[in-house]
Amino acid sequence: MPTKRGENWRAWLSQARFFLEESYSARYRGAIARSRRDHDDLFMLLVFGEMMGVPNPASYYTLELQPLLLERFHDWHRRMGMEHSPLDHFRCC
Amino acid sequence: MSAAILLLIGLVMMSLGYLVYSRFIAKHIYRLDPDFRTPAHEFEDGIDFVPTNRFVLWGHHFTSVAGAAPIVGPAIAVIWGWLPAFLWVVMGTIFFAGVHDMGAIWASVRNKARSVGSLTGDVVGKRARSIFMIVIFLVLLMVNAVFAVVIAKLMMNFPTAVLPVWGAIVVALIVGQLIYRRIVSLPVVSVIGVVALYALIWAGPSVPIQMPAEVAGMSGNAVWILLLFLYAGIASVLPVWMLLQPRDYINGLQLFVGLLILYGAIALLNPVLVAPMINNDVPAGTPSLLPLLFVTIACGAISGFHGLVASGTTSKQLNKETDARFVGYFGAIGEGCLSLAAILVACAGFASLADWKAMYSAFGQGGVTAFVQGGAYVIHNGLGLPEVTAATLLTVMAALFAGTTMDTGLRLQRYIFQEWGEIYNQEWMKKPLPATLLAIGTCLLLAFGAGGADGSGGMIIWPLFGTTNQLLAGLTLLVITVMLVHMRRPMWYTLLPLCFLLVMTVLALVLQLKTFFEQENYFLLGLDIVVLVAAILVALECAAALKRHRALAAAEQSDAN
Repeated sequence: MPTKRGENWRAWLSQARFFLEESYSARYRGAIARSRRDHDDLFMLLVFGEMMGVPNPASYYTLELQPLLLERFHDWHRRMGMEHSPLDHFRCC
Repeated sequence: MSAAILLLIGLVMMSLGYLVYSRFIAKHIYRLDPDFRTPAHEFEDGIDFVPTNRFVLWGHHFTSVAGAAPIVGPAIAVIWGWLPAFLWVVMGTIFFAGVHDMGAIWASVRNKARSVGSLTGDVVGKRARSIFMIVIFLVLLMVNAVFAVVIAKLMMNFPTAVLPVWGAIVVALIVGQLIYRRIVSLPVVSVIGVVALYALIWAGPSVPIQMPAEVAGMSGNAVWILLLFLYAGIASVLPVWMLLQPRDYINGLQLFVGLLILYGAIALLNPVLVAPMINNDVPAGTPSLLPLLFVTIACGAISGFHGLVASGTTSKQLNKETDARFVGYFGAIGEGCLSLAAILVACAGFASLADWKAMYSAFGQGGVTAFVQGGAYVIHNGLGLPEVTAATLLTVMAALFAGTTMDTGLRLQRYIFQEWGEIYNQEWMKKPLPATLLAIGTCLLLAFGAGGADGSGGMIIWPLFGTTNQLLAGLTLLVITVMLVHMRRPMWYTLLPLCFLLVMTVLALVLQLKTFFEQENYFLLGLDIVVLVAAILVALECAAALKRHRALAAAEQSDAN
């Protein structure tokens, strides 16, 4: 059974860890999320590129990913400056 | 006068400022409301808008605003004696900086966490927003140029610090990789990073690296400046997690350790202030205390740069509106404490008045070199650390501050160029690389244009940097005052600091205009005129906006009746 002292010590450590982690990440959270979104956008282009006429040698594999990424599709095409879905075959909005 | 007693007086006054004045401002002027739903809750997205613990947020705010400027400014300004610098730092922190920083957070929080720049457009007017953009650009330009000159000077004067200063970049790169790839947990990495940095500081004196006085026809100083901009250019286009984030983090830890060491040494040694209380025998060519003191010390007394941080990131993370008092006002007090330490070591870290006078032989001399030498003397005698190691430690502290500010400053300047590319539809300017090159080019022009081919005279622009920074603070105070007028609340607590700043800024600019003309430094003369025009426009804008908004507020009240 853990002693009270041990528990206090553990609580203090986890608190210190929380402070350090927040100090490390809080200031740059936005910048990192934005750069991650840029990467994801490029990935979306790879996956949906062929449907827009960009040849993709890996389409056999990326086709499988399309249903998984459908949820993000609307946000992506809006972000890319296209008011409506650029694809004739399926319209999301 | 004993340094420890002055330190105590300063700390007591600032504590009273926090306990009494900030409480009054928070309760009766800004009327901070614990039940107000802050943008961090209203727009919570886990990225930009995150309700954050106030102590963590204070740590961020403080480390973002504290840099080399609160050290350099006071360490130059003690040339007029320690009392004026001490009073301006302490009073400035209590009545100017704290009110300004807390107000910037409040104004932003009450307006969906928008930045002061965009608030200026809405609250004051479109013209004011254009002036704001120009002033921000000038501040960034000057901060990058000045800090490059400061670091280059440190590298030349203290060759023992070259290894730790550049080694710190390698340490940060490794720390960044260790965390990004989740190889080691953060607490362990923190210890490794700080220990590695201090090991480098300890090793520095054994491996001094002196840049030759002349390299390929250029002075050593000029080579350092070019190398620094090359580094800052690369750093500003790298992903933030790779260098900027770990570097800022290690710097933050180093800031607290450094402050503890300095305050501990002052308390233990209790040195005597060898500098005069008021220096009646200033070196020839030193400008008049009034108004130059108020622009030489900007950060540490009041700084417009804080408003950018307060409204840019801090306001998006504020958990409760009442936290603005702790984060903003106490953040300003943190910076005031750093400036106070700089004043004390620059005045007490010398064996005799003659030594001090030798250091402050001309205006603009002393500065960060006096801080390092004086601080090393105090730490050596107070804590027993070898003097050369102590000097290396303080050089690293100052250079790292200046370095991270340069990294961020250059990145922000690049964004401004990219934004101009968008506005004026210049495809090439929208790209990161050409925009970075433009930013570096303009900074180099200033660093060398101000002080000749060796770049050593770049410190002449320090007071000009101060004036521009104060103008920025003035614009933020104007936004806050206009908001207060709208809410029909007392406006004197922000309007008086605003008027004081504007008067001092314009006076300082006119005085410098004369100096630059006499020195036939037409480059700085031109820059001075640009800042002066901006200052006059800000003053006119203030008068017009206040008149307009008072009339509006009165009309609204009569409608209501």
